[in-house]
Amino acid sequence: MQLSERHQEYWRRNLRLTAVLLAIWFVVTFGVIYFAPQLNSIIIMGFPFAFYMAAQGSLIIYVLIIWYYAYAMNKMDREFGVHEGDE
Amino acid sequence: MTALTQSQFFNQLKKYYTFYTGGFIAFVIVLAVLEQLGLPPKWIGYIFLAATIMLYAGIGIMSKTADVSEYYVAGRRVPALFNGMATGADWMSAASFIGMAGTLYLSGFDGLAFIMGWTGGYVLVALFLAPYLRKFGQFTIPDFLGSRYGGNLPRTIGVVAAIICSFTYVVAQIYGVGIITARLTGLEFQIGVFVGLAGILVCSFLGGMRAVTWTQVAQYIILIIAYMIPVVWLSVSHTGNPIPQIAYGQVLQEVTSQEKELNDPTTTRGAAEASVRAIFKERQLAAEDKIKTLEAAIAAGSADTVVGEARAALDAELVALKAAPEPDTAKIEAKQKEIADLTGPDVLMAKLKKAADGAKKSAGPVPAHATAFSGKGAEAKAKANPNATEAEIAAAKAEDQEASNVKRRNFIALVLCLMVGTASLPHILMRYYTTPSVREARKSVFWSLFFIFLLYFTAPALAVLVKNVVYTDLVGSSFASLPAWVANWAAVDPTLMKIADLNKDGLVQLAEVTIGGDLIVLATPEIAGLPYVISGMVAAGGLAAALSTADGLLLTIANALSHDVYYKMIDPKASTVRRLSISKGLLLVVALLAAYTASLKPGDILFLVGAAFSLAASAFFPALVLGVFWKRANYLGAVIGMLAGLAVCMYYMYITYDFFGGVAANEWFAIKPIAAGVFGMPAGFLGIIIGSLLSKAPAKEIQELVDHVRYPSLEGDIKTQAA
Repeated sequence: MQLSERHQEYWRRNLRLTAVLLAIWFVVTFGVIYFAPQLNSIIIMGFPFAFYMAAQGSLIIYVLIIWYYAYAMNKMDREFGVHEGDE
Repeated sequence: MTALTQSQFFNQLKKYYTFYTGGFIAFVIVLAVLEQLGLPPKWIGYIFLAATIMLYAGIGIMSKTADVSEYYVAGRRVPALFNGMATGADWMSAASFIGMAGTLYLSGFDGLAFIMGWTGGYVLVALFLAPYLRKFGQFTIPDFLGSRYGGNLPRTIGVVAAIICSFTYVVAQIYGVGIITARLTGLEFQIGVFVGLAGILVCSFLGGMRAVTWTQVAQYIILIIAYMIPVVWLSVSHTGNPIPQIAYGQVLQEVTSQEKELNDPTTTRGAAEASVRAIFKERQLAAEDKIKTLEAAIAAGSADTVVGEARAALDAELVALKAAPEPDTAKIEAKQKEIADLTGPDVLMAKLKKAADGAKKSAGPVPAHATAFSGKGAEAKAKANPNATEAEIAAAKAEDQEASNVKRRNFIALVLCLMVGTASLPHILMRYYTTPSVREARKSVFWSLFFIFLLYFTAPALAVLVKNVVYTDLVGSSFASLPAWVANWAAVDPTLMKIADLNKDGLVQLAEVTIGGDLIVLATPEIAGLPYVISGMVAAGGLAAALSTADGLLLTIANALSHDVYYKMIDPKASTVRRLSISKGLLLVVALLAAYTASLKPGDILFLVGAAFSLAASAFFPALVLGVFWKRANYLGAVIGMLAGLAVCMYYMYITYDFFGGVAANEWFAIKPIAAGVFGMPAGFLGIIIGSLLSKAPAKEIQELVDHVRYPSLEGDIKTQAA
């Protein structure tokens, strides 16, 4: 089994996407926690910002990250012809 | 059913479960009507227990199977949406359902580590594991380790780690089942454990993963309805807004301003709080004095005299209780037990320390709910002292800062361990073997987190709403007319609700109320003014959460033993019939063992569950992720990495956690033992990298296996999927 240049490209793009999404995950999680005492002085809709992020905001972003990954990868599978059959 | 195409199958499932959801709601409405007609609460409890367990059993029997692929991976045709629901139920345990909101109530911002940790882990599952494991397509997680790294050793380490993590976890679930059954029906805890066990076994025993999957979907529907209805109702009745997740922003501000008032002794309410705190301060000092006396006596070898004095004091209290005009038998029995338990100076010392700690906590100010990583309050104390010098205030400020930094560090470490642990627990990862394709596996992680998110972003709202009720309705009310739910719960279970007029002013102060975390979810229906049938439904939801998690875990353990140990290592030629009967036999043995352990009521069960995350993170995560993303990773690396991860993690717990005889002074960077995984994980990664680089690159077949899992479909591809 020899991988073509296209295949290599598919994997590189997968790695790039994974790295970008992981970076977002990292900032949303650990960036917010690290600066929580400072961020808490911003109040949005009654919520101190860091509290809101830890209780809701970060969760919503996690859901979106996973949704986008599934969407982008499923599209990329077709683009590179490595998708599975329809059933 | 095999004749159906995947989309027909999906539509059929949708129809079944819509019908089922309607049926469940109708069932609750019928019970509500019966309650109005006079059906006693005890019967409602029995009906809920019997009906839900029979329902799960029914699904189990309908899904019975003798096919290996159906038994281990539900035939690999669970659609993404339904696998998401099943994963949600598999994931959310009794601790999430009943305990989470309570933890948030008690610890405010710091408790949010669990909310973030138990959701953010799915990002790692989606990006690093689910699609690749699905492409690999075998039956268990040790299967992947065995094929990727070759040889039996990586597989064996995987089996051992899977069993360590899953067993402690399943004991906690069965324990939860016992507690809920006892509460729902009034049966004894031990009987409750075995009733629950029957509920778990009927389902997994006959149909394996297939039965567990369809039961878990049913359980998810019950648990999410049971969680949402009381919270929405509470939100409507107290804020007028039917969306609690939005409404609690305003409520949080009210809570924060009340916290300030209660902590300010110049206000009326604050002054009343201060008088109660002064009483606790006295108790704390008295207990600390007694500790000093006992320590001195132990040093002098006369500890027995002190213990004797303590026993004499208890005896006197017992006599007083018996002499009361209306003797309270429960109190007398409790006192008798206390006397019988007081066997030596160690027991007395532990008791005094607990009393001192408890009093110290109640003597302190109300902690602020939304504030992140608050310090010890040393600065405020120093400023209150008119004789404090500038230097003393500065030192106190530094002390606060240090305390805050330690809290932040622990929060970060705990979140990381919970997230990586989530992405390493075999019973969760196994679920992604059951989808029809890699594409569906990716979508399925999205649905999983979506369904988990529904509950997890509601729990912080519930905690704040209940806190507001306590601060406004309970605090300041008169002891002569307590809210009904307070009086009820104080009578039912003093570990959940304890209330006493300490300063004798006839009014309730916050410091006079002690609330156990589990109360929050259990009492919400009553606080919101809902009928008992909703309380029964909440208990049924908790039961569903515990049973579904227990199902998944038991299957993981039994499969690791039957598939990985027996079939792959002992007898690879075993027939299908033999494999399945071995698997079912082991399931029974493991279940009984877990139920027996749970019935002993092991004290440190919650810690052990937390520890499971750190252990899984240290043992599995590096080997699984590098197995896909680093072709150079090989046998020696995996063996060294997994062992090093496990060893470092266990060693750290051993030296720091008091259950194993460790002490907090041994902590590295003041990290708590529950987050031991932050040291285990790097050890695991380092072990794999060093071990792999020291030995030669893996064989060509293994490198092809890595390519195979990286691409959903390749021409001329090898085949790894087990039928």
